[in-house]
Amino acid sequence: MPTVSMTVNGKQVSADVEARTLLVEFIREHLDLTGTHVGCDTSQCGACVVHLDGRSVKSCTMLALEADGAEVTTIESLSNGVELHPMQAAFKEHHGLQCGFCTPGVVMSVLDLVSRNPDPSEAEVRDWLEGNLCRCTGYHNIIKSVQAGAAAMGG
Amino acid sequence: MENFEFHGPSTLDQALAAMGAAEDGKFMAGGQSLLPVMKLELAAPSDVISLAGIEALRGIEADGTTVTIGSAVTHAEVHESEAVRQAIPALADMAGGIGDPQVRNRGTIGGAVAHADPAADYPAALVGLGATVVTDRREISAEDFFQGMFDTPLEDDEIITAVRFPVPERAAYAKFANQASGYAIAGVMVASGDAGIRVAVTGAGSCVFRVTAMEEALAADFSAAALQGIAVDSGDLISEPDASAEYRAHLVSVMARRAVEACG
Amino acid sequence: MANEGIGAAVRRKEDARFLTGRANYTDDINRPGQLYMVLVRSPEAHAELVRIDTAAAEAADGVVAVFTGADLEADGVGGIPCAWAVDHEDGTPMAEPVHPVLAQGRVRHVGDPVVAVIAETKAQARAAAGLVDVEYQPVPAIADVAGAVESDAPQIWDEAPGNICFKFGIGDAEAVDAAFDGAAHVVTLDLVNNRLIPNAIEPRAAIGEFEPTSGEYTLYTTSQNPHVIRLLMGAFVLHIPEHKLRVIAPDVGGAFGSKIFHYAEEALVTWASGKLALPVKWTAERSESFMSDAHGRDHVTHAELALDDEGMFLALRTKTLANLGAYISTFGPAVPTYMHAVLFAGCYTTPVIRAVVHGVFTNTVPVDAYRGAGRPEATFMLERLVDIAARKLGMSRVEIRRKNFIKDFPYQTPVALEYDSGDYGGTLDVALELGSWNDFETRREEARARGKFRGIGLSTFIEACGAAPSALAGQLGARAGLFEVGQVRVHPTGSVTVFTGSHSHGQGHETAFAQIVCEALGMSVDQVDVVHGDTGRVPFGMGTYGSRSLAVGGSAIQKALEKIIAKGKKIAAHMMEASEGDVEFADGQFTVVGTDKSTTFGEVALTAYVPHDYPEGLEPGLDETAFYDPVNFTYPAGAHIAEVEIDPETGVVELVALSAADDVGRIINPMIVEGQMHGGMAQGVGQALLEACRYDDDGQLLTGSYMNYTMPRATNFPFFATGHNITHCTHNPLGVKGVGEVGAIGVPAAVINAVVDALAHLGVEHVDMPATPEKVWRIIQDATA
Ligand SMILES: Cc1cc2nc3c(=O)[nH]c(=O)nc-3n(C[C@H](O)[C@H](O)[C@H](O)COP(=O)(O)OP(=O)(O)OC[C@H]3O[C@@H](n4cnc5c(N)ncnc54)[C@H](O)[C@@H]3O)c2cc1C
Ligand code: FES
Ligand code: FES
Repeated sequence: MPTVSMTVNGKQVSADVEARTLLVEFIREHLDLTGTHVGCDTSQCGACVVHLDGRSVKSCTMLALEADGAEVTTIESLSNGVELHPMQAAFKEHHGLQCGFCTPGVVMSVLDLVSRNPDPSEAEVRDWLEGNLCRCTGYHNIIKSVQAGAAAMGG
Repeated sequence: MENFEFHGPSTLDQALAAMGAAEDGKFMAGGQSLLPVMKLELAAPSDVISLAGIEALRGIEADGTTVTIGSAVTHAEVHESEAVRQAIPALADMAGGIGDPQVRNRGTIGGAVAHADPAADYPAALVGLGATVVTDRREISAEDFFQGMFDTPLEDDEIITAVRFPVPERAAYAKFANQASGYAIAGVMVASGDAGIRVAVTGAGSCVFRVTAMEEALAADFSAAALQGIAVDSGDLISEPDASAEYRAHLVSVMARRAVEACG
Repeated sequence: MANEGIGAAVRRKEDARFLTGRANYTDDINRPGQLYMVLVRSPEAHAELVRIDTAAAEAADGVVAVFTGADLEADGVGGIPCAWAVDHEDGTPMAEPVHPVLAQGRVRHVGDPVVAVIAETKAQARAAAGLVDVEYQPVPAIADVAGAVESDAPQIWDEAPGNICFKFGIGDAEAVDAAFDGAAHVVTLDLVNNRLIPNAIEPRAAIGEFEPTSGEYTLYTTSQNPHVIRLLMGAFVLHIPEHKLRVIAPDVGGAFGSKIFHYAEEALVTWASGKLALPVKWTAERSESFMSDAHGRDHVTHAELALDDEGMFLALRTKTLANLGAYISTFGPAVPTYMHAVLFAGCYTTPVIRAVVHGVFTNTVPVDAYRGAGRPEATFMLERLVDIAARKLGMSRVEIRRKNFIKDFPYQTPVALEYDSGDYGGTLDVALELGSWNDFETRREEARARGKFRGIGLSTFIEACGAAPSALAGQLGARAGLFEVGQVRVHPTGSVTVFTGSHSHGQGHETAFAQIVCEALGMSVDQVDVVHGDTGRVPFGMGTYGSRSLAVGGSAIQKALEKIIAKGKKIAAHMMEASEGDVEFADGQFTVVGTDKSTTFGEVALTAYVPHDYPEGLEPGLDETAFYDPVNFTYPAGAHIAEVEIDPETGVVELVALSAADDVGRIINPMIVEGQMHGGMAQGVGQALLEACRYDDDGQLLTGSYMNYTMPRATNFPFFATGHNITHCTHNPLGVKGVGEVGAIGVPAAVINAVVDALAHLGVEHVDMPATPEKVWRIIQDATA
């Protein structure tokens, strides 16, 4: 089995994996980082979004081996569980989540947006969320949260 | 998904060698079309050869008359490229309308072109702008390249290295997307420049096609009004539950008109 | 201390774990030595099972076991039960064919499970499933509910001639016919209520685990009601007594009804874990969810409304064909009947109503409750008819509604329900304001100048929720009670753990239920934890569906709190040497009336657990449980207004504004209430404009993935406007009604009424859902041709 090595949330990890192992499987099953979710099998729901070298990607539509040598960050990197990242805090403050299943993917996705566009308009946030499905919130409070989170991050 | 052998070459030669040694190899660029297909077990290659590590396939070059985009350049890079936006804003806009941000961060122009999905956006851009597909062994004009649904003249071991676009005088792309998938039901690229006036349609038929009647009308009078009453034959188009051939034919006219209007 | 009691917008206690990736969904759980199950599902809509050859799969790498329906039958495994039977109107029982866990003899829908393959890894199980050789002999299939009742339709069950499960009827047919005969006006409508797929973003999953030394089974499952699953699966399918079966529904990633029901996979992993003495895990792929989660809606209805010259409703007459799918799902029969037909009075004083509903089998996935369950269908039918009537009589859509509103409560409808409270006119006023109804015409003209057709639509509706009371439900065919259980455990130092039989999968119970405790006991939410979703920890419960959590589950907690306070008073009286009757409790303090003597709740709690000086004859401890059985449904009501703009060139309908004014009863947490409204509204818009589950004529599912089933996305919506006009429920201790479903119930009719309004100048009277671009474009083409 090939060996894959990458940095995940700042930590160097290395493992022997089958070539077909998806990045999301590697993250959830090998690293036991279960904050990244799987909501579909056609690359559309965005529950699996993580960052690869600072850009958001769907970890269900990448092989673990494609991330060899890369820097991967998942939702678990944002907070130690006590202090929330400003974006997470904004989601809590503005009730941007209900069941929470889409939430890690949504948060990782919008952090990519805010890194390029520190002060996104409502329309820009809605457009950006094309690849993130949420069945609970009707998106209303997600949009509010993202705009507030971006502002809190200094946008 | 079936297992396979993975290769991560850093040069074209290594990639070709890996393909030569493979029983049933597949190149992979961004994986945004290939992996979904493999997950559905509609493809099960023995070897997957990643093109992502090959420096020669990256980069965007623009001189006043052409824009050359390396095959491994992502949709996001095309969308965000100042050079592309300066030279062919319609292309930058089109790339920004493909899929979603995560797909755009991985998916590449080479992969989109090689995949030749009849509902993909790039085929309309290539044919509409009169682009040339550059491979490791030859150059193929866009119109010769897209031959049918998922059908191209590429050899199994042939690698697209770049796509070269002539800079048009003006161009615009108008897309009517399928509400569920986001792919085009009717996507029309209208351009005028050295390649003449072109109207290329994706999504509506089983392969990208040009609408000569519209091109002729626009050559006489480049205005939305000139397209009045010109329609494509729905008999040549695809019919699906949420978009019949008749509706697609109608949308082609509407999108063509909107693209002309957007050309300014 | 900040007010964290009833009415405060307390930020959710549960959010931190969801936001940081520390939640615990079923698929996040892995048990030592666990095996993986993959199901072989039927690709045929209707076929005889000629032969199943599992030899190659059994011999494959890593395969531990391969099971078929015959293995289950040999072991005495029962069929999946229906929890609510609906009789024919003549009193004879409905046709109730056995729903086997794995298909036996015949498959009846695409996705019907046939073989379970269990292996050491998921990949091995999947590969081996591909080696199972099933020979199907296809027979004619029917997916369409109207087609299924035609005389030459394929027959799905021998015990259900004509594919009829039941012929339900309610209301006085003769009185209705007489009212129609004398009516000045009659309006009619034929409509389709589109079939939907719930699509919670977390796919279903289940893990079964067996402990041989104790004989105890544990099932981890994506469920809204673990006790119901324990009851149905334990008693009817696997014959495991309750004390040997623990069902845990950990964090659940959305449900919307689809995770109420007992599913085959739960029984399979539990049973197989016993056979194999190892944990067995199954997680649905999304494509599997599409063909195995119960679907929603799917009605064909003919409706008629009789009116007098003044626009007063005289009578309503309807006939509905309700698609039940191939098998009866847990609550399948109840949804189109007791959740639907009994709602036909709506907000109106219609004196006589006659509703007939035929439950029909088809070769499709079973149909059951999906957010709103029956009530969106009732509202859509009624509110479309009312709009058509208004246009026919030349009345304003607001006035015809206002005129017919019920104004005096309690109000007995002609279709069984008795409404306890409401203020429909007041709620409508709030909505008209929110939706800027009165100055709409200028916006219509402004849009027309841009070449767009703009329309506005209204729906006013009631919802019956918190179903109720068990005795009545029992008479109507429910096979379980509909009470709820709340346990309040006060710890020695005064903090509290609440155990509730309700389940939270996004609704924020851990916060809202804690607020009820804060209000009663005068503490902060940090001092209260809420436990739910585990039959091993919660005494009993019926779970969360039909907007019942707060009305029934919250009320049970309130009852338990009353017991806590009563006992606390006894202890406090003893501590303060006063008589019990003189002790009052408020703001966390027990005081002796008319004195300055007081003691805190914490001191009383400590005394209860350290009873050195304690009332004689009183049990130590402060831990109370209440079973609350409601005396009636609750009746939230609302008025929703949608505004749309149609591009006549493409048929695209853009939702430009959506406003909802609701009477949801007393509000515990306004932030959560608003969030629930938003979510329901989005699903309502989904039904009206985007979502449609489609089968072809051969019963093949055409919309089996997000590539062709349109899920609402952020770009489909504007910001929503929400408002309230609150009346309290008169019969539960909190005065609460329910909010989980209002959006899904009221919005589809409002949106379609707006679409029709936008097209009314073309003579358009009705548009079926979803109003997708091509459909709308064709309507415009036909109308202008
Ligand atoms: C959710 C989602 C939505 C999408 N929406 C759209 C959309 O709206 N419009 C649209 O146009 N597309 C859409 N796509 C497709 C997307 O654009 C893909 O990125 C693209 O089609 C393929 O590019 P890739 O780099 O990912 O190629 P891959 O998936 O890696 O490869 C695709 C095919 O091309 C071959 N190939 C790749 N690179 C080369 C090369 N250099 N030389 C020769 N052969 C090569 C591969 O062998 C394979 O057969 C969507 C995809 C997803 C997952
Ligand atoms: S799991 Fe749905 S997009 Fe990745
Ligand atoms: S919060 Fe449940 S899917 Fe988004």
